Amino acid sequence: MTQADLYTLLPLIVLVIWACALLLVDLLIPRGRKGITAFLAALGLALTLGLTLAQVSAAGTAFQGMVVLDGFARFVNALLALTGLLGVGLAYGYVRRMGIERGEYYTLLLFSVAGMMLMAQAADLIVVFLALELLSIPLYILAAFARPKETSEEAGLKYFLLGAFATGFVVYGIALTFGATGTTSLSGIIAAASNGDAGLLLTIGAALILVGFGFKVAVVPFHMWTPDVYQGAPSAVTAFMAAGAKIAGFAALLRVFGLAFSSLSADLTAILWTLSALTMIVGNILAIAQTNIKRLLAYSSIAHAGYILMAFVPFGNAEVLPVSVAAGVFYLVAYTLTNFGAWAVVIALEKAEGRGLDLDDYAGLGRKYPALAAAMTVFMLSLTGVPPTLGLVGKFYLFRAVIAGGFYGLAVIGVLTSLISAYYYLRVVVIMYMREGEPERVSEPWLNLTWAASALAVVLISLVPAPLFAWASQAVFALF
Amino acid sequence: MTNLVLFLVLAVVAVVTALGMLLSRNAVYAALFLVLNFATVAVFYILLEAPFIAMTQVTVYAGAIMVLFLFVIMLLGAERLPGTEPLPWQRPLAIFLALVLAVEAGYLLFARRAAGGMFASAAPDFGSPQAIGTMLFNRYLLPFEVTSVLLLVAMVGAIVLTKKEKGGRE
Amino acid sequence: MVPVTYYVALSAVLFVIGVLGVLLRRNALIIFMSVELMLNSANLVFVAFARLFEGLAGQVFVFFVMTVAAAEVAVGLALIVAIFRSKRSVDVDQMSSLKG
Repeated sequence: MTQADLYTLLPLIVLVIWACALLLVDLLIPRGRKGITAFLAALGLALTLGLTLAQVSAAGTAFQGMVVLDGFARFVNALLALTGLLGVGLAYGYVRRMGIERGEYYTLLLFSVAGMMLMAQAADLIVVFLALELLSIPLYILAAFARPKETSEEAGLKYFLLGAFATGFVVYGIALTFGATGTTSLSGIIAAASNGDAGLLLTIGAALILVGFGFKVAVVPFHMWTPDVYQGAPSAVTAFMAAGAKIAGFAALLRVFGLAFSSLSADLTAILWTLSALTMIVGNILAIAQTNIKRLLAYSSIAHAGYILMAFVPFGNAEVLPVSVAAGVFYLVAYTLTNFGAWAVVIALEKAEGRGLDLDDYAGLGRKYPALAAAMTVFMLSLTGVPPTLGLVGKFYLFRAVIAGGFYGLAVIGVLTSLISAYYYLRVVVIMYMREGEPERVSEPWLNLTWAASALAVVLISLVPAPLFAWASQAVFALF
Repeated sequence: MTNLVLFLVLAVVAVVTALGMLLSRNAVYAALFLVLNFATVAVFYILLEAPFIAMTQVTVYAGAIMVLFLFVIMLLGAERLPGTEPLPWQRPLAIFLALVLAVEAGYLLFARRAAGGMFASAAPDFGSPQAIGTMLFNRYLLPFEVTSVLLLVAMVGAIVLTKKEKGGRE
Repeated sequence: MVPVTYYVALSAVLFVIGVLGVLLRRNALIIFMSVELMLNSANLVFVAFARLFEGLAGQVFVFFVMTVAAAEVAVGLALIVAIFRSKRSVDVDQMSSLKG
């Protein structure tokens, strides 16, 4: 282990050490004052974010080719640290209000962020596999964190069983890939695949890995767990899970499929096309019937997984792929901000025992709390893809890249499903402004900051998106 | 030819024990079939010249993991779980499979040690604990450290999920 | 000499039995055991190919899979115990507090 190795993983190592230390420090913090733990966790994440941004000189691979530091890893790591910060911000007041305030919440969240960051830097399938587990296992526990509440325990168990099932597919896929290429290193797989001595075994392996990741990022037809888990898990966990797991899954898809398996594009492009289209269609159509806001956002998250997956459809086309992946990364930023904002509003209206989660509970919000309703309107518009929001810009870049790759049908499906989604997103807006009601909201400083800042960011960045897109493109282009 | 026969007999044991797990109505029987299956796989590992992995398979999988499973089944009260009566074919089948496994494992370990493996023979220390250890602490140092974090997380999680809160609702 | 394809075929059969177990059984404990069977079938592929390539990377991977399985078992069984305490059942069909 050299200094270069340490430098490559510095933010991650600091985060893990911080989390371990926090586990001990938390013992000294008396019950009822766990806000201090939350503050310390946020401090650790801020430190990680700072270190990530400071890693300007890219160092290449480290730890004998196990991990890599490049522009993409930096960009995604920064986004993940931000996700963690927003996750802590949402949880701070929520866990206290719901009576589940325990210091381990924040420690587990830090470990999960560490797993996601490791995923973004993985250069070997062993590391991909371990990172997947390191990010998932804390999420299983967090989903069940509101025990002995039955819905939360159920969510945890369902998430766990399907997650473990998905792991089985990933491991078997990796085993076949290893058999086909004789190596687990991603660069080794590229070399072996380009020699053309891989064949059917590699294709089956890649397909099994895709099934495993499909479960993890909730792609139709592997989405069955999502609504139940999103509804049953504590809302603050759901918000973190929806954004974090998607970002990490996207990073893994890029590393494994975009780069290592690019020779398989002839076989896999059609599969990815179908998965992406199905996910957009099914997610958006099932969302229409929902009356519970958590389930509505769950189906919305499935639909968005479909849009993000679109970025990989041109994955054999070396000309278009960098552009579409950059658009996908940009879309992830838009989705992360919008997602946390929307969940912050949900948390502001949620009361104990799962009340305050029906769409009807949002009636009258526009009159009683104009600022909160305005923020929710921004998030709903952004999820639909209506100006002036980041969601529109994200979809624009994404559809443009897909059209450039010649996938007109997919772009048409994307536009049509966005129109369908307008129905249920705008219904929330209509209920907030057109119906009479007496909603009650919770006002907590960190929560208010989260939704207000997210709403501002979603609008302001959409007015000048070019610098962010340039940064995303620069981060991605260096990979190819 | 004998190699192929050995492989086929073991493969049949592995598949039948797996099916036994799949079809057992009782969780205890399912767990015991799975133990037998893991032991069979361990014998395959010996055939494939992976003695360290075979040993780990027996101690970690068959030993620790399945014992934990059985422990939890007993803790929850196996008699309260539905479908506790063993199916009539289970007991003789399990005994038969265990005997086949024991005979074949004994034959492989003692009678055929000098006869070489199923492939062209490998380097003498292939798969030895020392060779694996060297790999783990050099090339695979980072994954090894990640697993230590993973086990810490699992430990914290198991405690968080089962600890009764002071003054809690239970 | 037994060709490596035989091992792959055997592991594929075990993997499919594991998948069937997850899909067909309703007892959470047995579903979980089926997942363990899936992981084991993957391990068999790793060791067989490690032998074929005469490299230890495959065996080391099995070591990591076992560690992960141990971590998963700790968390998974804790979840099952927790849910059994409140519901007195480990049948996934009875877990229907969540509906759309």
